[in-house]
Amino acid sequence: MDLSYTDEERAFQAEVRTFLAEKLPKAMSEKVRLGSGLTKEDLEEWHSILNARGWLAQNWPSEFGGAEWDAVQRHIFEEEASLANAPRIVPFGLAMLAPVLQKFGSKEQCDRWLPRILDGSDWWCQGYSEPGAGSDLASLKTRAVREGDHYIVNGQKTWTTLGQYANMIFCLVRTNTEVKNQEGISFLLIDMDTPGIEVRPIILLDGTHEVNEVWFTDVKVPVENLVGEEDKGWTYAKYLLTHERANIAGVGSSNAGLEAVKRMAKAEMSGGKPLSENPHFAARVAQVEIDLMAMSLSNLRIISKAAKGGAPGLEASMLKISGTVIRQEINDLARRAAGMYALPFASEAVEGSNQPELGPEHSRPVAEQYFNNRKISIFGGSNEVQREIIAKTTLGRMQ
Amino acid sequence: MNFELTEERQMLQDSLRRFLRDRYDVPTRNAILESESGMSSDIWNQLAELGVLGALFTEEDGGFGGKGFDIAVVFEELGRAGVVEPILETCILGGGLIAALGNETQNGLLESIIGGETRLALAHSEPRARYDLNRVETRCEGGKLNGHKTMSLGAPNADHIIISARESGAVDDKEGISLFLVPVSDLELRSTPMMGGGMAADIWLENVVVTEEMRLGPVGSALPYLETVYAAAITANCAQTLGAMETATRLTTEYLQTRKQFGRPIGTFQALAHRLADMFVELEQARSAVIGVAGYLEADPKLRDKHASMAKNLMGRIGRLIGEESIQMHGGIAMTQEYELAHIAKRIIMADHLFGDVDYHLERFIAMSAA
Repeated sequence: MDLSYTDEERAFQAEVRTFLAEKLPKAMSEKVRLGSGLTKEDLEEWHSILNARGWLAQNWPSEFGGAEWDAVQRHIFEEEASLANAPRIVPFGLAMLAPVLQKFGSKEQCDRWLPRILDGSDWWCQGYSEPGAGSDLASLKTRAVREGDHYIVNGQKTWTTLGQYANMIFCLVRTNTEVKNQEGISFLLIDMDTPGIEVRPIILLDGTHEVNEVWFTDVKVPVENLVGEEDKGWTYAKYLLTHERANIAGVGSSNAGLEAVKRMAKAEMSGGKPLSENPHFAARVAQVEIDLMAMSLSNLRIISKAAKGGAPGLEASMLKISGTVIRQEINDLARRAAGMYALPFASEAVEGSNQPELGPEHSRPVAEQYFNNRKISIFGGSNEVQREIIAKTTLGRMQ
Repeated sequence: MNFELTEERQMLQDSLRRFLRDRYDVPTRNAILESESGMSSDIWNQLAELGVLGALFTEEDGGFGGKGFDIAVVFEELGRAGVVEPILETCILGGGLIAALGNETQNGLLESIIGGETRLALAHSEPRARYDLNRVETRCEGGKLNGHKTMSLGAPNADHIIISARESGAVDDKEGISLFLVPVSDLELRSTPMMGGGMAADIWLENVVVTEEMRLGPVGSALPYLETVYAAAITANCAQTLGAMETATRLTTEYLQTRKQFGRPIGTFQALAHRLADMFVELEQARSAVIGVAGYLEADPKLRDKHASMAKNLMGRIGRLIGEESIQMHGGIAMTQEYELAHIAKRIIMADHLFGDVDYHLERFIAMSAA
């Protein structure tokens, strides 16, 4: 056992720090620090900065222009990037679709789509969930019927994150209704400019527009946009979901969030003294920090196993649960620390709320983040689904 | 012992519930939330006509209620419907202080409050005070107010604002705090909408002139009166949260009965069914806490405040459980602004940030238990 990084890993960490110090634009990290919402242009700029350094496609093989980092390197980058308040990398094209294309797509599809993900020509979004298919994703109903050289797609997708920025969507569609749910699904790539597609915004309870409904009415999709084989999409979707779970523990963002809470607690006053000296609040912070320290080690254990080629199974579900619970607890602490200043609400949906908000800067995003992050225990396989996976695996089949 | 509502209160509850069900549906409320003033004058007038505002004042103040249980009945219904109009601010905080301290002229406002023509707000909180009532840095010297009042609830829609200021003593002395009833036209407000609905404002006071006619109550001895209206405000806040939690629990129950995944209603999954059962268990705890704080509101201040802290701490804890669990068990739909639960859950959670949160009241409870 050795809990420290190797010399090479430490050198890599230093390289990442230098890169972030030199290349991460101050205005961008300021926005992340204040939780004040990044524009499409911000996210594209950050992608292009990373791409110029060859660090955008961190998990891709080098033959496709990837950095081919192992799990430890990816972890180091995530940790450093979070502490530096770097924007997150938008995962849909890079971390979700690309691995599927590389494993199951044709050479033509890889040659056509992968370079466009790297250089930012395409912004991908994910068409998985439907109003009637959430945790039970395999019950999805969006229908694709083959007619000559095209599929005709009809149906509705929902919770499409940043779909308003996207020009491409990868979709799970039903191509066969005669077989078991999982066996009649195909994986299609669809141009968002095709006639018959309508994107409708969904405003979330914190006032943000980050997800959408996507409606399909007689949308014509060329058959060459089918990935792999018809009716085999569920296999590809499951493969994709294992990639969606990379960085699932969110250690970096929890560390950054906890640091922010500690800074707030030093600045906020309670009973004439800094809140950080209030034993009750200090105990709450310590409790979360203890949980986070243990979770960071769990995360490193699993990462280290993955770097040696072991595939995380159950552990990913465990990390999803403890990672999200801890992050939500940190969001809760931040809103408590803000006191009354958690109350102001600047929503794009409320008229006249472009007025300056009240209270110190550090309090502004806390209630919004608290409510927004209720999503993290819901999406990507809700925590209930993760518990089901753990329970089924550990208990086995019982009669 | 008798835990039944009186006939009058039962009638009030029924008529208010019916009114809000008919006139304060989700699209109406969402439109109010998105409006610039964050409230509806129309609804306000109708609530006054219905006698809802009068139910919050005693007979001697021109109303027909004003006791803890009147407050609890009214605010439970307001909470159930997620009402955002500044009734607590106007009637409990502002009206409560006028009723307790007003001279003959000032008392004249009570009639127009009950009639729905006048709205009030209290500007007491300050940036470094957190939830402490005794910590007042704003000064009144030579008839001029100087200081920074923050998060004055309901101020953007008020006609008069009651401002607390220190006339003597150190910033945290119990003695030395006075109140002034100031027309809003004398003040500069910076307003903000709030996460759970409603509006608040900060007020920077720079040599704001106050006359002796504006003085509300005796010099330097406002704190016990502030504590009294805060106990009533906590009662209202807790009852409101109880009503909101009833709605959240109802919506979650209906959703578990109707939403199907894996070919069956999700309520048939024991993992969810047991958590819904826990919500009901906690809801009954919350109901008892509200009955407790309402029933001791007229008791001596020590007993009253111990029950207020008990209730506020408990509501904060249960509110978090019910707010978070109802969202989680719904899934994505509860994250959307237009779904009924979103506003209700926000109101439940944000109620903890008013009049002292879970931790503040735990510490106050410990201090009172030790004394």
